[in-house]
Amino acid sequence: MSARKPKVIAVSSGGGHWVQLLRLRPAFVDSDVTFVTVNPGNRRDVGDAKFRLIPDSNRWNKLALVRSMLGAFWILLMVRPDVVITTGAAPGYFMVRLAKVFGARTVWLDSVANAETLSMSGEKAGRHVDLWLTQWSHLAKENGPVYRGSVL
Amino acid sequence: MIFVTVGSDLPFDRLVRVVDEWAADNKRTDVFAQIGKTAWKPSTIDFKPFLEPAEFSQRLESATVVISHAGMGNILSALRHEKPILVMPRRASLREHRNEHQLATVEHLSKKGWLNVALDEHELRATLDRIDDLKPKEKISAFASPELTNALRDFIAQR
Repeated sequence: MSARKPKVIAVSSGGGHWVQLLRLRPAFVDSDVTFVTVNPGNRRDVGDAKFRLIPDSNRWNKLALVRSMLGAFWILLMVRPDVVITTGAAPGYFMVRLAKVFGARTVWLDSVANAETLSMSGEKAGRHVDLWLTQWSHLAKENGPVYRGSVL
Repeated sequence: MIFVTVGSDLPFDRLVRVVDEWAADNKRTDVFAQIGKTAWKPSTIDFKPFLEPAEFSQRLESATVVISHAGMGNILSALRHEKPILVMPRRASLREHRNEHQLATVEHLSKKGWLNVALDEHELRATLDRIDDLKPKEKISAFASPELTNALRDFIAQR
């Protein structure tokens, strides 16, 4: 292993996605991590860690989707991560999809809120990421998400 | 203080209205609500549409009990601060959300003993009458399960 710490982008939209992402912080102790989310007020949550903003979006607003996608591309270009990890939703989806263009490895962690069916963005992103995780063991399946614990 | 919080994305008139009526009937002045895009405006309780993260934290930390939609951010934050939490799930069938995942959330998390749940306005009103008796559930740790954070750390370390 080289001396350089792996560069990680940890990205999510707001609310519960962000709260879950923050609970993953022990995973980043050996990394050079950049947190990416949609609300500038969340900068205070990450202390001295690197922090960038991405425009929020959902599938009902096409223009916002384009802004998120461009934001994701720009951040990937600036950070050049080795790994991208997201807890959803739309901004994280664009980030993990575009990350492959930059040769980064990717993780989709489906929200713990999805206790009976996976999120729509998770279903779409899952097939394209290197590690597809669900937080409910009963939702794990062959050729689908795997279960490796939860944020709780 | 009773801290009511329903997220910032969508209205949740049913929850806010029942709490406001209960506060009026019981002359409760210790209720504050973050009502998001709820169109109906409370007459008795103090409210704001949105809270910046700093004010949200401050309101949560000084709360004696939290009343919320079944959003994971609020649930995790309340459990983390060892606050009793009463949730009412948003229903897609009432156009309160885009799908019924909040029903699934409360079903699976209440099985583990983490939540007090009101499935509808009637149950919410009944639980409000004993709101001061709700006890906090088990405090959760600051971080995800070690199984999960170790799995992610190992994944990052692979070259």
